[in-house]
Amino acid sequence: MAGTQNAPRSIVTTESPLVRWLLTAIALLFVALFLVIPLVSVFAEAFKQGWQLYLAALIEPDALAAIKLTLLTALVAVPLNLVFGVAAAWAIAKFDFKGKSFLITLIDLPFSVSPVVAGLIYVLLFGAQGWWGPWLAEHDIKIIFAVPGIVLATVFVTFPFVARELIPLMEAQGSEEEQAALVLGASGWQTFWRVTLPNIKWGLLYGVILANARAMGEFGAVSVVSGHIRGMTNTIPLHVEILYNEYNFVAAFACASMLALLALVTLAAKSYVEWAAARQAAEDRRQAVE
Amino acid sequence: MSIEVRQINKRFGDFVALDDINLDIQTGELLALLGPSGCGKTTLLRIIAGLETPDRGSILFHGEDATDTHVRERQVGFVFQHYALFRHMTVFENVAFGLRVRPKHTRPTDAAIKQKVHTLLELVQLDWLADRYPAQLSGGQRQRIALARALAVEPRVLLLDEPFGALDTKVRKELRRWLRRLHDEMHITSVFVTHDQEEALEVADRVVVMNKGRIEQTGTPEQVYDQPATPFVYQFLGDVNLFHSRVHEGWAEVGGTRFAAPEAGDKAVIYVRPHEIDIQRIATDKALAGVITHVRLLGATVRLEVNVAAGDPVEVELTRERYTEGRWSVGEAVWLSPREARVYAG
Amino acid sequence: MAIKQHSVLPGFGLSLGYTLLYLSLIVLLPLSALVIKVTHMEWAAFWHAVTEPRVLASYRVTFGASLIAATLNLVFGLLLAWVLVRYPFPGKRLVDALVDLPFALPTAVAGIALATLYAPNGSIGRWLDPLGIKVAFTPLGIVFALTFITLPFVVRTVQPVLQDLETELEEAAASLGATRWQVFQRVILPTLLPALLTGFALAFARAIGEYGSVIFIAGNMPFVSEITPLMIISKLEQYDYLGATAIALVMLAVSFVMLLVINGLQWWSAKRLGRRK
Repeated sequence: MAGTQNAPRSIVTTESPLVRWLLTAIALLFVALFLVIPLVSVFAEAFKQGWQLYLAALIEPDALAAIKLTLLTALVAVPLNLVFGVAAAWAIAKFDFKGKSFLITLIDLPFSVSPVVAGLIYVLLFGAQGWWGPWLAEHDIKIIFAVPGIVLATVFVTFPFVARELIPLMEAQGSEEEQAALVLGASGWQTFWRVTLPNIKWGLLYGVILANARAMGEFGAVSVVSGHIRGMTNTIPLHVEILYNEYNFVAAFACASMLALLALVTLAAKSYVEWAAARQAAEDRRQAVE
Repeated sequence: MSIEVRQINKRFGDFVALDDINLDIQTGELLALLGPSGCGKTTLLRIIAGLETPDRGSILFHGEDATDTHVRERQVGFVFQHYALFRHMTVFENVAFGLRVRPKHTRPTDAAIKQKVHTLLELVQLDWLADRYPAQLSGGQRQRIALARALAVEPRVLLLDEPFGALDTKVRKELRRWLRRLHDEMHITSVFVTHDQEEALEVADRVVVMNKGRIEQTGTPEQVYDQPATPFVYQFLGDVNLFHSRVHEGWAEVGGTRFAAPEAGDKAVIYVRPHEIDIQRIATDKALAGVITHVRLLGATVRLEVNVAAGDPVEVELTRERYTEGRWSVGEAVWLSPREARVYAG
Repeated sequence: MAIKQHSVLPGFGLSLGYTLLYLSLIVLLPLSALVIKVTHMEWAAFWHAVTEPRVLASYRVTFGASLIAATLNLVFGLLLAWVLVRYPFPGKRLVDALVDLPFALPTAVAGIALATLYAPNGSIGRWLDPLGIKVAFTPLGIVFALTFITLPFVVRTVQPVLQDLETELEEAAASLGATRWQVFQRVILPTLLPALLTGFALAFARAIGEYGSVIFIAGNMPFVSEITPLMIISKLEQYDYLGATAIALVMLAVSFVMLLVINGLQWWSAKRLGRRK
């Protein structure tokens, strides 16, 4: 949904300059109050007491451990959901079968479940009191209050991102190009790698960017399964929470500023991908019209 | 290569797309599958290609059963209605695709691929477009690239789905002559699907007229046009006036002119093409009386709409010269008599 | 040919099989664990767990604040979408990109930023405090956090519909003598209604489950500013797994209902716009 260049509107279908100015001002004020000021304040608080303290907060061992764990989590969760998203979109967009819309609803389900509930369900499965808790304890496998639990919870909350980007995209593209490839003698994998993948690359990237942002920033679900062990099971958002609750505001905001930066990079990448995808879509449309 | 279609049936849910289709396609011929949308012609083409599987029946390529052969191994060239060019590849890469995806041991060298692609692009007269992307081409150019891509794998049979459907009238006419010439040079067995009777009659060696999942008639363009086997074929291949008549002793009658009627039934429908009707100002008891209500000039011909006492208005087609000579005008009383007609049981 | 059939494409069994397996392992099995856990509870215990006064108060806070936040965004989201689609102003692309910030910014970061800003000694709080307005550590703070978190929903559902709105409709209405306000009320608003409601429902659904951004600013006072997800956490911290699970089931049920409502709205919206979903 990139910004649109609108054609000049006729006098009949627009408002008086005063109304336009007023509405724009109110909208921008709302954006400033709810988006810009909080964002700026993160960086302002982080640098309140100078560069040295800021940097010190980032290279402190617990912070580094949190950064490592966050990267690891995203590195596992995002590719898993990427593979799933492609498989689900292939099945749903390229074939007709019964119960398709129900399946799509199920795939969307993790978006509507509260992150806290998302964490809880894994505690119920793998926690000490859970279904498989005793068995896991016997074999000395730790999932809850350990890294696997954090990864699982993250996989859950980022579950639909790639799939829900790809399904409508692949449905809109149809499967004529794939059929053409098959007629020309390509195998199934060749068709996928050479024809399907290049056509969905922007949608795929879009889903990955959003999934990654969520994976690195997830708080609620991870908080339930993490156990908050410093230097061990703290991701950056959890580390921020601990620092904040200890009134170590500069360090908390220093770590938070990293996440805010990630958010800004995410927005920039997202805008770029939207632009690129819109351009491709426009070309496809032109091709279809002519 | 010859193709035999044997008792093919195909349904989509409750919809019968193809109902017991039998068809022989001879080596080297250019065959048109003609019919209105929904008649099953595209489904038949896709079944021949292997893009669709029939519920029953078989497809024989050169006498061999190919029904269970995967589309990949059938060695057919298929040109899709909307071309299905790979949008992220250049024209060159599109045409080269079928060669590049071959298993290593049968894949030509890069140099051989390059030569082959350029030969094909020259054949379709678009060598200069090799580095363009599909989005940068016009509709007619895309069509020809799609054809070059299909020919690159040296198919045993060429299948085209509404090959000219998405083009404007002028480009369409040029391209279909070009396709005809190309076929005359290459002599590859070709089947194309169309809903445009003019296109089928002009381009094809033989025309298969389909309706509601069945074949109505198979024959040369002259045969299907001059001796339509069924009322559907008659109506589909051009404009027609219908007259209802009772049958008396084996004869049906339109405005006093008698035509031999089929034996079954005592009612008949008489089909007369607009250009097969004579029009005159002198009243005779052997003609149908009417009044001209509209005159439409259609380039070389002129259509008169004549209201008659019973039934729908009758369309009469005259050449420009005859129209000018006769000075026909709206409101005139005229008498019509069909020169030729076909009579079917009503 | 209208009938879609892609049977020649390979990989249906593999892709659907993998999809179902992965979906079952990651989503369905864990969620059913929650339901099964509750079935081990006695009805009375379950009822007690989900209706004890402190939990009831948390429902009121959660649903009340979510409703207010979603409503605020209904109004401002429409305004923002309107301005972004129709009026030219400098920095528009930037503002448009910024609208998605709440989706990209980790909730904990938003939480501590808002809490710090609106604390009585914070950059904004210190101006509000003398006026007797307290935001941080009150239900009002929860509303602010939820408004931030759910800001993009209405904007992003309304924007495309507004973009596709034909100018001709408005011109026709104007030529028939309608004032600009009447055109908005009678022509534009009804067209946008399904999208507005969808955006509202999405925002509401997100708000009731939200945790990270709220807990920092809420103050978490029992009966006053405790949200329901926090109740689950605090039960867990007291090792009351059954209590936590019972409340989680209530939240899950609400999520399901919201999912159905949203699906229904999207179906309606697609039908209204004459698009095939």
